[in-house]
Amino acid sequence: MTKPMEQISWQEIEAGGVITEPGNASCYHTGTWRSQKPKYDENACIRCWRCYVMCPDAVISPDLEKNIFVWNYDYCKGCGICAYECPAKAIVMEED
Amino acid sequence: MADTEKKKVIKPIKNFSMEEYISSGHRACQGCAEVLAVRHVLKAIGPDMIMAMATGCMEIISSPYPLTSWNIPWIHVAFENAAAVASGVESGLKALRRKGRIPNKDVTIVAMGGDGGTTDIGFQALSGMIERGHKVIYVCVDNEAYMNTGIQRSSSTPIGATTTTSPTGKLEPEGKSTWKKDMVAIAAAHGIPYTATACPTFFTDLQKKIQKAKEVNGPSYIHILSVCPTGWRVPPNKAIEYGQLAVDTGVFPLYEVENGAWKLNRKPKELKPVSDYFKGQGRYRHLDERFTQQIQDKVTERWNKLVELCSEKPEK
Ligand SMILES: Cc1ncc(C[n+]2csc(CCOP(=O)(O)OP(=O)(O)O)c2C)c(N)n1
Ligand code: SF4
Ligand code: SF4
Ligand code: SF4
Ligand SMILES: [Mg+2]
Repeated sequence: MTKPMEQISWQEIEAGGVITEPGNASCYHTGTWRSQKPKYDENACIRCWRCYVMCPDAVISPDLEKNIFVWNYDYCKGCGICAYECPAKAIVMEED
Repeated sequence: MADTEKKKVIKPIKNFSMEEYISSGHRACQGCAEVLAVRHVLKAIGPDMIMAMATGCMEIISSPYPLTSWNIPWIHVAFENAAAVASGVESGLKALRRKGRIPNKDVTIVAMGGDGGTTDIGFQALSGMIERGHKVIYVCVDNEAYMNTGIQRSSSTPIGATTTTSPTGKLEPEGKSTWKKDMVAIAAAHGIPYTATACPTFFTDLQKKIQKAKEVNGPSYIHILSVCPTGWRVPPNKAIEYGQLAVDTGVFPLYEVENGAWKLNRKPKELKPVSDYFKGQGRYRHLDERFTQQIQDKVTERWNKLVELCSEKPEK
C-alpha cells in the first residue's frame, strides 16, 4: 500500500510520475466526509439493483449468500442518492 | 413469510459489469453524476482499455499524486490534447503489433474530457482525431461548465444558466445568453461512423451505446450529460432525477447517429415543460417567465427538428 506523501522521498518517485499500484486511492476513506448515513431495510428491499447502479462511489454491493445489499461505509459520502432513488423506500438517511 | 422472502432473491444484473474500474476513494463531490458516468462507461468497455484524460474534475478527483483511482492504464494529459494523445496511443499500438512487439490483442482506446476540454480547448484535437479516422472512443462528460476551476461558462453551458463568468446582471439578465454548442451534430458532420448522446440516469442506454462505439471500426463520439450538484446548485441526492428531467423535457434528448442515420432513443409521448427541469436548480433561479418561455420555444423547435431528422430514412 502506498505510503503517505510526506513519507515518500524523491528517490522513490517513478520516472514520469508513474503510479504503479492500480486503484491505490482506496486507502483514502471518503466516508469521513459524511454527515448522513443510509440505513438499509432488507425486508422492504425488492432487490432491484438501483442503489448499486446509481451510487457514484461504488459503495453498495450484493451479498448473494445473505441475499441482501451491503454498504461499505468506509467510502459512503452520504449523498443520499441511493435513498432518494430506491423505488421501495428501503433506504433512509439518518444523522451519522 | 417464507414465500415472500423467496420472491425477493437477488437475480444477476443484465449487461452491467460487476467490476469496478474506478475505485472508491476518489474525491468527487457528494452525488457527482459525472464520476457516475465515468463508472458506467468503464463498466461498458471492460478491462482491456487505455484511457487518455484531459485535465478537469475527473482527473483531479482521481489522481492526487501518489494515489490513483484507476484500475486501468490511464494517462493524464493537458487540458486540450486528450484526443491527440489517444490518437498517438492507437497508432503506436498498431505499429508495435505490426512489428510483433506486443500480442495481437484487442485493446479499446478511450479519450475523455469535460465539456471545456472537449467543446472549447480540445475541439481541434478532437476534430483531427475524427478526420484521421483513429479507432478511439471519445467520451465527453458534460457538466455544462468548467467546474474544476470554479464554475466558469463553456460553449456547452446552456442558455440561461449562470456561472461565475456568465452571471445575471443588468446587461445580460438571462445569465448565459447563447445556445449550447451542438457537439453531436458537429461530430456527425465529420461523417463519423458512430456518435450519440447519453446520460447515466438511463444506464442501460448508456451501456449499449458505449458497447456499440467499441465495435465500430473507426472513431466514435459519445456526449454524456453529467449532473453536477456543486455547479448546478442542486441537492446531491437529486443528481439522477435531474438527468431524467433533462431528457424528458427535451432539453437533452437521447439520440444516436450511426453511419449518417439519426435515431431517437427515447421519445416521450409528450415533453414535460422546461420549467420542471429548471425548478430547484440554483443556476436557473433568476429566470423569469419571459425567459423561460423563450427557452421553451427554442427547445420545442429543436426537438421537432430532431424528430424530423430521426424519421428521415437515409438512402441505402
Ligand atoms: C491550457 C490550460 N488552460 C487552463 C487550464 C485550467 N483548467 C484546468 S481544468 C479546467 C476546466 C475544466 O472544465 P471541463 O473540461 O468542463 O471539466 P470539468 O472540470 O467541468 O469536469 C481549466 C480551465 C489548464 N489546465 N490548461
Ligand atoms: S434500490 Fe432499494 S429496493 Fe432496489 S436493491 Fe437497492 S435497497 Fe433494494
Ligand atoms: S449515500 Fe451516496 S455514497 Fe452513500 S451509498 Fe448511497 S449513493 Fe452511495
Ligand atoms: S464539481 Fe461537479 S463534476 Fe466536479 S466533482 Fe464536484 S460534482 Fe462532480
Ligand atoms: Mg465541465
